[in-house]
Amino acid sequence: MTDFFNDDPLLQVNGVTRYYGDRIGCRNVSFQLWPGEVLAIVGESGSGKTTLLNCLSTRLAPTAGAIEYRMRDGAMRNLYQLGEAERRLLMRTDWGFVHQNAADGLRMTVSAGANVGERLMAVGDRHYGHIRETATDWLGRVEIESDRIDDDPRSFSGGMRQRLQIARNLVTHPRLVFMDEPTGGLDVSVQARLLDLLRRLVADLGLSVIIVTHDLAVARLLSHRIMVMRHGEVIETGLTDQVLDDPREPYTQLLVSSILQV
Amino acid sequence: MPVRLYLSNVGKSFTMHLQGGTTIPVVSGVDFSVDAGECVVLGGPSGAGKSSILKMIYGNYRCDQGQILVTVADEIVNVADAEPRKVLQLRKDVIGYVSQFLRVIPRVPAVEVVAEPLILQGADEGKALAKARDLLTRLNVPERLWGLPPATFSGGEQQRVNIARGFIAHYPLLLLDEPTASLDAANRAVVVELVAEKKQDGVAMVGILHDQDVRDKISDRIVDVTSFRAEAA
Repeated sequence: MTDFFNDDPLLQVNGVTRYYGDRIGCRNVSFQLWPGEVLAIVGESGSGKTTLLNCLSTRLAPTAGAIEYRMRDGAMRNLYQLGEAERRLLMRTDWGFVHQNAADGLRMTVSAGANVGERLMAVGDRHYGHIRETATDWLGRVEIESDRIDDDPRSFSGGMRQRLQIARNLVTHPRLVFMDEPTGGLDVSVQARLLDLLRRLVADLGLSVIIVTHDLAVARLLSHRIMVMRHGEVIETGLTDQVLDDPREPYTQLLVSSILQV
Repeated sequence: MPVRLYLSNVGKSFTMHLQGGTTIPVVSGVDFSVDAGECVVLGGPSGAGKSSILKMIYGNYRCDQGQILVTVADEIVNVADAEPRKVLQLRKDVIGYVSQFLRVIPRVPAVEVVAEPLILQGADEGKALAKARDLLTRLNVPERLWGLPPATFSGGEQQRVNIARGFIAHYPLLLLDEPTASLDAANRAVVVELVAEKKQDGVAMVGILHDQDVRDKISDRIVDVTSFRAEAA
């Protein structure tokens, strides 16, 4: 939390546009993200949320626009002008990506401990004892019993897999984590546990997060700021509680009024 | 005493796009100021816009017109056009909000819910937790509940947890949104004491209070919101 009010943005996004043929994925998206800030991208299916997330995380090249990231040495670099080796290093160390489907972010045929340890080895850790100790510590932090460290994730429940994926991502102390519907497809009690865990880890580690979700309750609990997307464009943006409590755009009003009250 | 908060010609309306774009005027020409150590109570019937004014000061509702100026050390910030992260910084260090409703976070024990704002302001965790226990004791929340998440508490218990959370940190400006609604007399008296202590510390407060007795005890001045009534366009 210490550098939350630092004046230098971590990520600077300018006019990012992605076409699929002549169809729009996302169009002309610009924003800045500061250290320690959690930004939620909300909108219905097909609104361009995931396209934008993939462009930002260098998984999908944008048709136009620029994305700059502040490297650990403080320099702003255009992500799509990085060399392949630099880009891979960034993704393996300084960034995390939490997929909706944990199987996309885990190696399902190696043990839980190895899933966490692999990221550590990517940053040069070679000491087996240290790797195992750190992996055990991280499994504990995501509430996975240490006696499951040698089991592979195929034997884990959906909620456990998702928590393991989070541990795998956070073990290298990334500065920026992308999340694509991290609680999607989990039942509600598992969701609540995961959300609480994420909320604590994000605050404790001072992470910057860009989280795509269609669940406004998730956005409210985790995010500081929200961007509402529709038809590939950002139609409304602001403080999370301001957008949810005083929505201005017709579509945002529709989204907010469609939440089921329990 | 120095001015802590100044609302200058503030106006607000809601446009309801789902109801054919109807515009509902809320308030216009809101103009008042609050000094350090002063408690101003907003008066007027339900629907006059009292809550909307508080929410605009907190940055929870957008402000369509005018300025909401908050004095922060030697700087003056206009909440009405501040960037989101500036508003978040103000909420951490400068503006507190006490409401009657607790937004429950799963699995966090009551004592931590209460201590959190003080810890965020940089206080030592042990001291913050001690102060949280002290406030929960004063507000008659039974000790056996402190270690439990408030989701399963009664409405009154949740409300008192929320009051403790609202009063624990030092904010130069504190907004009170009916904190005593449906509290019993003993707990209302505690809130009156807490407000008096904040005044001693030079905190500026703006409140909405329907209890006549609490209002008489804590208000230094009443601002009648009906005079800011917006006319339908």
